[in-house]
Amino acid sequence: MDAKILDQLRAVVGPAGMITNDSELLVYECDGFTIERNKPEVVVFPNDTAQVSRIVKICHQAKVPFLPRGAGTSLAGGCLPIGGGVVISLARMKRIWEVDSRNRFAVVDPGLVNVWLTNQIKSSGWHFAPDPSSQGACTIGGNVATNSGGPHTLKYGVTVNHILGVEMVLPDGEIVMLGGPVEDSPGYDLTGVTVGSEGTFGVACRSWVRITRNPHGYRTLLGVFETVDDATEAISGIIAAGIVPAALELLDSLILRAVEEAFGFGFPLDAGAVLIMEVDGIEAGLDEEASRIEEIAKKARAREIRRADTEAQRLLLWKCRKQAFGAVGRLAPSYCTQDGVVPRTRLPEMLRTIRSISEKYQIKIANVFHAGDGNLHPILLFDERDSEQVKKVLDASTEILDACLSMGGSVTGEHGIGVEKISFMPKLFSPADLGMFARLRKAFNPDGLCSPGKMLPTAGACNEAGHVHTDGAHAPNKPGRRAAL
Amino acid sequence: MTAAATKTPLPLAGCTPADGGNPLGANIDYEYFMDCVHCGLCLGSCPTYVETGNENDSPRGRIYLWRAVADGRAELSPEAQGHLNLCLECMACETACPSGVQYHNIIHSFKKDMTRLAPPAPTVTALQRFMLFNLTPFRDRMRLALLPVRILQMIGLGGLVRLGGKLLPKSLRSMQEIVPDLHAHHNLPEFLPAIGPRRAKVGLMLGCAQDAFFPQANLATALVLQHNGCDVVIPKAQGCCGALHAHAGLDKEAATLAMTNCHVFDKALGGLADCDAIINNAGGCGPVIKNYGHMLEGGDCTKEGSLFGKKAKDIMEFLAELGPVKPKYPLKLNATYHDACGLAHAQKIRSQPRQMLAMIEGLSLRPLNESEFCCGAAGSYNITQPEMSNTLGERKAKNVLETGAEAVLSGNVGCLLQMIRHIRDHKPNFWVAHPVEALAAAYTGKRPVGLRKNA
Repeated sequence: MDAKILDQLRAVVGPAGMITNDSELLVYECDGFTIERNKPEVVVFPNDTAQVSRIVKICHQAKVPFLPRGAGTSLAGGCLPIGGGVVISLARMKRIWEVDSRNRFAVVDPGLVNVWLTNQIKSSGWHFAPDPSSQGACTIGGNVATNSGGPHTLKYGVTVNHILGVEMVLPDGEIVMLGGPVEDSPGYDLTGVTVGSEGTFGVACRSWVRITRNPHGYRTLLGVFETVDDATEAISGIIAAGIVPAALELLDSLILRAVEEAFGFGFPLDAGAVLIMEVDGIEAGLDEEASRIEEIAKKARAREIRRADTEAQRLLLWKCRKQAFGAVGRLAPSYCTQDGVVPRTRLPEMLRTIRSISEKYQIKIANVFHAGDGNLHPILLFDERDSEQVKKVLDASTEILDACLSMGGSVTGEHGIGVEKISFMPKLFSPADLGMFARLRKAFNPDGLCSPGKMLPTAGACNEAGHVHTDGAHAPNKPGRRAAL
Repeated sequence: MTAAATKTPLPLAGCTPADGGNPLGANIDYEYFMDCVHCGLCLGSCPTYVETGNENDSPRGRIYLWRAVADGRAELSPEAQGHLNLCLECMACETACPSGVQYHNIIHSFKKDMTRLAPPAPTVTALQRFMLFNLTPFRDRMRLALLPVRILQMIGLGGLVRLGGKLLPKSLRSMQEIVPDLHAHHNLPEFLPAIGPRRAKVGLMLGCAQDAFFPQANLATALVLQHNGCDVVIPKAQGCCGALHAHAGLDKEAATLAMTNCHVFDKALGGLADCDAIINNAGGCGPVIKNYGHMLEGGDCTKEGSLFGKKAKDIMEFLAELGPVKPKYPLKLNATYHDACGLAHAQKIRSQPRQMLAMIEGLSLRPLNESEFCCGAAGSYNITQPEMSNTLGERKAKNVLETGAEAVLSGNVGCLLQMIRHIRDHKPNFWVAHPVEALAAAYTGKRPVGLRKNA
């Protein structure tokens, strides 16, 4: 990178606020998705929105690509710096500016770790509802970028339902305020459009987030089933009965093994699947609802049903679920998590398909997922040092996601498109739909310098407004793609 | 990723292995690297990352860096070395890691290779090295060195020590600043009998820094053991556990110290197998002592080492297992508890100390925000990385003072020194002590020496 640009950046963040050394930059070459890697040319650590704006202005003027990064826990390569350029790490912006419980909102920095907000407000009876499994590390800015979900979004909704406003630095450096603490503001819902845009509309800085009252009580049940089919039957039964559980999570036998090894919860290792079923709300009626769930699960041939009697048991159960991805590190050196969605009723069929794909490619696949909304997380296990296996994993992934699409589903429920699923966009959307996406992005990000190569197939290489090459699954000038092969 | 298969090391930046031996990072079983799936769930738990926001200062980043060096994909630049050296080895990441990454093996591989490099890590001066490895680990030398301080404090001129400290060279000032108010030293006899029905026979490790700075905690430990029906054997010839050396990658020196302890305790106890436990009360030492078996593997002392490791117990861990005798006297105290990393992360000892303290009538424990967050003491870290150590010390002090408690209890000498140093400026009379001191007070009815009336 041009030394002049580096000097300009240094003037903004100071020498301690940037990295230019090769070995240090290496750490920023990928995120939770390690199959593709590319080193940025510089990483900067701004302290506030004004600094972000100045950094972006420098990039904009010099025509250098840039992208924001929180904790780098994306499983879809959302933080992969395509084309090198500048990574804007928001990790030093982690203040809680304001907690206004009477008006039910908090104002937070983008680098604030998700669970820190909840930790800060839980003693006064509040929490931040989006609870992605990585909430102990991932940042709220990242949640805004990817519209994160989590086990409890079945009842409480995903991130977009909890963001009232975003202070955003547009790709030319201008600072705009989208939405705000007041509900139902007139004009276009730019907050809604921005949440989930994966950093392609600008850099989300401070957010006005909704805080949620802690429920009075929980009932957390663990259903043990002989087969995955039985467990999914129970899921459909619960939803059909009109119950809205706070969470409904399925773990299959392979993932149970990993989780049990990690946390020693006492899961039955011979079970085909277990279902974590949680209802919450005001105390009155919770027991009744839990009994109804128990009945439905028994009807679906549950072998046994356990209840978390203490808060400690409940928290351990959730820890097991939330850290399940990481725990598979005990089964194989590398893993690739998919994020497919199918209509709930087709879960058994989808799981059978996954099993046959696993056999076909001789790749072990573990399943842990948000069963309540049909959001699957098949985890493909492999060894990244074996390029043969890497190829198989990519092919098997594609086949799984294609199957999701053919069942009327989608290729991502919450992890985002990133770079990993970009090739599926043309399968998911018509050329007209994609054209609309591209025009929208162009309105925010006309030069395509902000988070290039993400979300849409042609990745900012597109010169013609609104035109998208729908065959362009692999942008030719995109470095890093399938570098592993 | 392709580089993983072929490990061709790059030339080193500014440092070469002094012995011209194996390339950097070759001393590790490569599978340890592969355990990390790069999920990043460790980030939020790592004190250095939380402070700097730089992923090079995170566990995932450090593993990535060291692996890249081992792969020959990156050179060990001074910057990279700096990030690896900044690690506290608090092991909070191992608690957070769902994949079971054995981070301590990875960072130890780096530390071990650092000892082969010429020149040695520039963060520590020769004088500091001498004091760390030739003075601190030896109880007698340490006590002798602290004698002038003890005398000055005794005649009410403790302030002079701090004043005089300002005249010291910078390299020694950070060492001088950690010296707390010293209390009378008790020469414990080699044997103390059980009080009440005899329930166990234990050895007691006094530690090195622990014995020099907090002799009252050792006395308290012996008393508590006696009151719980233990015959306590305290061999005079015992020495440092070897933790300081082991953490610095000086494996050979650490093994020598471990071997000495094995022999000394074996003799004093009439055979290691003949005792119920060997007690230590320094959370930072515990993990190293429990690892004696591994440290002495393949030498003359393998069997003794492994037996010693198995018998090693933290005082609170041991009492919880034994089933404690309920103390007789109340101790009115509003306290909070800081989880020493060596206890919480390395030994998974969290509930036992709280459980023991809960037995004391009149003592209430307030929850401490970030109680499992390293205080920045981390062995010799306050000497090797004074800046980060200070930042974390202040952070801890702030959290402790925010509880509104009048005392903070913690089961590790390093944490105590660090907290005293950072709290005394805000609240000079605040009691910082080992939980065993509160327990001893509850067994004996005597007010702990450090607890002032107007605390």
